[in-house]
Amino acid sequence: MASSWSLIKRSRTLIHHKKKLAFLGIGSAPTFSSSSSSPFMKRPCAASAPYINNHFRFLRRFEFTKAEAAQLELQHYVTDDDDNNQVIDFPGGKVAFTSEMRFISESIQKRVPCYRVLDDNGMPMKYSNYVQISKEMAVKMYSDMVTLQTMDSIFYEVQRQGRISFYLTSMGEEAVNIASAAALSFDDVILPQYREPGVLLWRGFTLQQFVDQLFGNTSDLGKGRQMPIHYGSNKHNYFTVSSPIATQLPQAVGAAYSLKIDGKSACAVTYCGDGGTSEGDFHAGLNFAAVMDAPVIFICRNNGWAISTPVEEQFRSDGVVVKGQAYGIWSIRVDGNDALAVYSAVHTAREIAIKEKRPVLIEALTYRVGHHSTSDDSTKYRPIDEIEYWKMERNPVNRFKRWVERNGWWSDHNESELRSSVRKQLMQAIQVAEKAQKPPLSDLFNDVYDRLPSNLEEQERLLREIVKKHPEDYPSDVPL
Amino acid sequence: MLRAIRHKSICPAFGAFRAFASAAKEMTVREALNSALDEEMSADPKVFLMGEEVGEYQGAYKISKGLLDKYGPERVLDTPITEAGFAGIGVGAAYYGLRPVVEFMTFNFSMQAIDHIINSAAKSNYMSAGQISVPIVFRGPNGAAAGVGAQHSQCYAAWYASCPGLKVLAPYSSEDARGLLKAAIRDPDPVVFLENELLYGESFPVSAEVLDSSFCLPIGKAKIEREGKDVTITAYSKMVGYALKAAEILAKEGVSAEVINLRSIRPLDRTTINASVRKTNRLVTVEEGFPQHGVGAEICTSVVEESFGYLDAPVERIAGADVPMPYAANLERMAVPQVEDIVRAAKRACHRSVPLAATA
Repeated sequence: MASSWSLIKRSRTLIHHKKKLAFLGIGSAPTFSSSSSSPFMKRPCAASAPYINNHFRFLRRFEFTKAEAAQLELQHYVTDDDDNNQVIDFPGGKVAFTSEMRFISESIQKRVPCYRVLDDNGMPMKYSNYVQISKEMAVKMYSDMVTLQTMDSIFYEVQRQGRISFYLTSMGEEAVNIASAAALSFDDVILPQYREPGVLLWRGFTLQQFVDQLFGNTSDLGKGRQMPIHYGSNKHNYFTVSSPIATQLPQAVGAAYSLKIDGKSACAVTYCGDGGTSEGDFHAGLNFAAVMDAPVIFICRNNGWAISTPVEEQFRSDGVVVKGQAYGIWSIRVDGNDALAVYSAVHTAREIAIKEKRPVLIEALTYRVGHHSTSDDSTKYRPIDEIEYWKMERNPVNRFKRWVERNGWWSDHNESELRSSVRKQLMQAIQVAEKAQKPPLSDLFNDVYDRLPSNLEEQERLLREIVKKHPEDYPSDVPL
Repeated sequence: MLRAIRHKSICPAFGAFRAFASAAKEMTVREALNSALDEEMSADPKVFLMGEEVGEYQGAYKISKGLLDKYGPERVLDTPITEAGFAGIGVGAAYYGLRPVVEFMTFNFSMQAIDHIINSAAKSNYMSAGQISVPIVFRGPNGAAAGVGAQHSQCYAAWYASCPGLKVLAPYSSEDARGLLKAAIRDPDPVVFLENELLYGESFPVSAEVLDSSFCLPIGKAKIEREGKDVTITAYSKMVGYALKAAEILAKEGVSAEVINLRSIRPLDRTTINASVRKTNRLVTVEEGFPQHGVGAEICTSVVEESFGYLDAPVERIAGADVPMPYAANLERMAVPQVEDIVRAAKRACHRSVPLAATA
């Protein structure tokens, strides 16, 4: 896999015209300039305006052949290579035709380039173009990345000690988590997959709240209904994690549609992994988002692995970013381990989604440093030195740290203070959560429906009778 | 279009009907559904309709006729052919606060979206501990039509009714259609609303009360369509009509059958069913769906658990044949319960002289 990546050279071949960059995300032609020589890889109006309106979206169905057709600027669809401005009319629009039979290759010669701001040492690259952040923002971002990292390592250990039943880490993906969250507003609704607790952390979910969910105790917002890591909080606009893969994608489109109808200046943001893009729901979600003009951002964390399935076995396309164009969606590929790049891309995507009321796809390239979960041992299917390499040399937290430090905003003293403080807080939170009571018996039956139905009232009554009759069979730490 | 939202979270119980002498008006089930949708969309701007062909085509079965023109494309959405997609989108919209009505062209196609119906809609309120409610309605024709073959004829009542978190309704008459659809739309829980294609064109008399825009039937209450004292026949959807015809035939032979229109499959109105069985002491359950693990099986268990001592005969269960629905008209007729089957079952329950071997 690594060999086929064309590493981005820090040179001027990557054109960073302010107007063109993020908005011409897809290089479907061999070059990235606006006029393409290939008749098959045409993009309408590949010109200067950053937010390009697709003519088609404003035409009602079945009306192409009428007067509006005159407004179509046909020369954009035809180059000198094609037979003199001849077009044919079909449902869906006019197409230029050609007498040359040429199949579009399954892959383009050069992969879609990856937007990056900082190099591996945390130095901003020459000609880099990004959204500036303040010191407070940068420090909060870094601190949360460290907190997430610490949380993950401690909770993983807690599972290994048998104190919680399950855990999964976001190691290696701290930048995607925190930087994407930082670029959004608290009104944007989040529909996560399950490797995005950092977004919730950013929004103010406390360490105690995280731990309570893991232990499923009476303070758990989820009332002990779900496995660990299935966090959810209305207050933080973070929809409860649900295990089936990619179901949140069409749901996000629905939520975005609701936001649009409400006229809110907010969007829906949903995450999935590389594996999730194989689900039918990925297709359904993206297709619908485009058709319905839904203000939704799809962030795909392409971390190279879906449990033991590497991306080469997941899809044959050039990653996920090219799939966006297939659905008529603005898309960008971003270095997911570069916090500033992720921040800039998400910030801009949000503007596009809300102002233009349209979906955006962001493919964040990263690496899953941890095992899939505590039920997995990834050394069984990938080399240990690959894991080590990504953990040490390509670590997103260290990379961002170098940038923050270089700006004079962070010191070693801050570092050690932060790490020990977070550790201490976590340990305390775990102690409290472990000792806390479990949810009461009534939480077994409520919330199935809006109101407790009579059959469940009956069942609860019977259960209480039985517990009363046979107290020795029931654990003493479960309140009734 | 934006009118005051009338919150009718509690539906008045319209169990006992005041007979309106002037009730000569007839309404087809199609009109009933259309008017119910229209009124609910008009009353609450959060209600919107989504499905294949619901807009420009006026509905695959014309149930949503005129709604696109009246409410516009933002509230009547024609979707691409992705059941999983629009079911998921509906759920997402409901999560955020809209009240979607998702139409499946038939419930057979809902299988492509069943993960969203069960895992996203039914279980969300519970899994999120009440933080995410899903006030969604999934509706569409269910069960056999005529000559449409195996993949268009299955009845899904038993499948959906076995799932906690869902409410499952099956209207029969126009009154049922109006009242139950309105109740379903107003309900904060996800509702699966099973219609029947062959009933869409059937006309039923409706009273002025039913025509009122605030009319609503309670979810979880069955209706006794015909009172009797010898045998109880439970049915839902199209089979209610068959059961009523069977009751007519039985009456001529001196057997007085009580016909119960279940209306609500989940929650099942066990109280009404058991009270009836305690009165008649005999039970025949009728359904169009497959027999194993069906609605009749659940009713039978409920009666055995609660009214065993009152049963004078084993419970008779009439269901569709345990085969995928064949296409040929003669075979199809034999795969679905007919009026004669119900009559024979009722007689068997009443120990009349129809030996078991003679039944088809």
